[in-house]
Amino acid sequence: MNSIGEGLWQAARLVATLNPDLVEITALSLRVSLGATVVASCIGLPLGAWLAVNRFPARRFVIAILNALMGLPPVVVGLIVYVLFSRSGPLGVLGLLFTPTAMVIAQVIIITPIIASVAHQAIRDLWADYHDLLISLQATRLQRIKTLLWDGRRALMTASLAGFGRAIGEVGAIMIVGGNIDHATRVLTTAIALETGKGEFDMALALGFVLIGLAILVNLGLHFISRTERGARW
Amino acid sequence: MKFKSIVLGTVAALLTTTAAMAEEMKMAVTTSFANSGLADVLLPKVKEDTGIDVQLLIVGTGQALALGAAGDVDAVLVHSKAAEEKWLAEGNGTHRTEIMYNDFIFVGPQADPAKAHDAEKATDALKAIADTQAPFVSRGDDSGTHKMELKLWKAAGIEPAGDWYKAVGQGMGAALNTAAGMDAYIMADRASWLNFANKGDLGIVFEGDPILFNQYAYLPVNPEKHPHVKSELVDQLEAWLLSDTAKELIEGYQIAGQQLFVYNAAR
Amino acid sequence: MSGWVSLSGVTVRRRGRTILGPLDATLNGGGLTILMGPNGAGKTTLLRVLHGLERVNTGDVHWTDPKDADGRSQGFVFQTPVLMRRSVLDCIAYPLLLDGVSRTQAREQARAHAAEVGLTVNLDQAVTFLSGGEKQKMALARALMRRPRILFLDEPCANLDGRSVKEIEEILHRIKAGGTRILMSTHDMGQARRLADDVLFLHAGKLVEQSNGDDFFRSPRTAEAKAYLKGEILL
Repeated sequence: MNSIGEGLWQAARLVATLNPDLVEITALSLRVSLGATVVASCIGLPLGAWLAVNRFPARRFVIAILNALMGLPPVVVGLIVYVLFSRSGPLGVLGLLFTPTAMVIAQVIIITPIIASVAHQAIRDLWADYHDLLISLQATRLQRIKTLLWDGRRALMTASLAGFGRAIGEVGAIMIVGGNIDHATRVLTTAIALETGKGEFDMALALGFVLIGLAILVNLGLHFISRTERGARW
Repeated sequence: MKFKSIVLGTVAALLTTTAAMAEEMKMAVTTSFANSGLADVLLPKVKEDTGIDVQLLIVGTGQALALGAAGDVDAVLVHSKAAEEKWLAEGNGTHRTEIMYNDFIFVGPQADPAKAHDAEKATDALKAIADTQAPFVSRGDDSGTHKMELKLWKAAGIEPAGDWYKAVGQGMGAALNTAAGMDAYIMADRASWLNFANKGDLGIVFEGDPILFNQYAYLPVNPEKHPHVKSELVDQLEAWLLSDTAKELIEGYQIAGQQLFVYNAAR
Repeated sequence: MSGWVSLSGVTVRRRGRTILGPLDATLNGGGLTILMGPNGAGKTTLLRVLHGLERVNTGDVHWTDPKDADGRSQGFVFQTPVLMRRSVLDCIAYPLLLDGVSRTQAREQARAHAAEVGLTVNLDQAVTFLSGGEKQKMALARALMRRPRILFLDEPCANLDGRSVKEIEEILHRIKAGGTRILMSTHDMGQARRLADDVLFLHAGKLVEQSNGDDFFRSPRTAEAKAYLKGEILL
């Protein structure tokens, strides 16, 4: 079987000809997963930092929950979001089921714990380094968090990228809440599942290679941005 | 700040997604129907004739009916008469319109160790497979195809169980992949089989028994239960499915020179 | 005897062990006070208590001049310099940024302070690239940014080469001449002799001897101090 070679060749052909279907589902993949990453980062990064610098009774419990949620199967998240947003569900009136918005919501639930956990780890280490200095300089609580977020920004970017990586490769949840509708909610991963189901392994592999390439591009792009920033300031 | 504009841009993009949904309706269809490729022929024509953008949710019959019952789709196109009638009796839909049928076939290794090819009837073929304990892959996903398979086993008087009987709990394509991988027998709809690219060493071993005919029906979701359902579009689509255009397209649809569907709508 | 700060009945316990005190002391005189004593004597803890980094279990710290009590009018140089993930210049400027000074202004002052402590490296490089002596100078410049009335140093020269030690000592002389009180712990006997105006000698968490520098080294009064100066109490 020569599927991998075929897949690579087909991927190259699809990309080179800017196949309109490919462009459409790739753009939606990016929009959904980047959107989810931005939203989840807005929640997860401050949450992680906050857990790292604050001591309160339920802290260990919250961290344990967060770590447990990291392993949440996407299918379960998908089901929960489906039940919530189904027309018969509590949020059904919003009419969000089978839309990209619902897919973003499901992915936010999946990746927020990952982003918060990685951010927590990074900020905790940084806080251990900075603790004495920031207390000595009498930095306020807000100043401490701002300093830690800023100085830990590259570790935090890694946290966001970890979340993005999980989101862009996720299929279980968005299949259920998006429905894999052609020209509406079909993304790379659900298209791969569809092609695999048809036994079209070459096409499925081609889409898989596009997905890998896309993930690499986004990572390189962000690292490039952060490098130029570092040149100026740090 | 750069970051802020990214956030705002994303939020704006998300909010505008739902805006442009003028003439769209959602229909849950079975994997076998989607795999046939017929949808790719019908839907562009539907759009051209009626302006309706039909969005397909490709799922098993069980899930398709569940989506309809929950009001998450506007109509359902499936093939499992008993389940459909129960669904209607529960008040989930308005009526059932038969559109067309295709047929199921038994696929298996070319060598045909169970000699299913020599059987007179579909039930005899199943008996032969069970007797030789040749590996058999079942969808096992509560789909219309799965229900049909179980009905046939029952008719053959066999309770399929044992190492040779593998219920994979997946769609038609995934089940076919599994069967190809282990040289097993499997029941499939003809369309999925003809469109299936990874045939491996498998071939059709039994076909043609009328009991294997697979009736597709169109079921609108009940607007009294779910007032948001786009009944007007659903009715337009039904009228289109009963039109001559639909009849010609469906009867003219071929894969590898074979006609797949027989149009039998009562017009 | 009224000094600038006095401690009464101060104890610090951690994990069931008393690591400092009970301690009664009054620090008087300006200039440079050296904190001496073997490892585990409580030197670091005492410095941290005075700077408010360490909670006391019992007792009080009383500052004669309320202006001295404010942590912002004190500077602290840690034994291991705290390196922020920033450029040298931004590390030094940081305390002023906390005070709401504009970044341009803070950096301008940071540049002046770097020059003051003889930090002549490229200030735009990451602070992690500095040598040990340069890192300590950076920490010193940073601690001086708010023009502190009191400067605490916790063994600032512990891991430095001779040349860096000498440079730091010269800077301390200049800071002292500028009117800043200095309280510094050290293990280096020679450094203590060179710098000390006053000496506090701690042993096993207690203040054993307090006198001016010359007296301490010429004629220690207590057995512990005598033994320490002879090198009989190992570090």
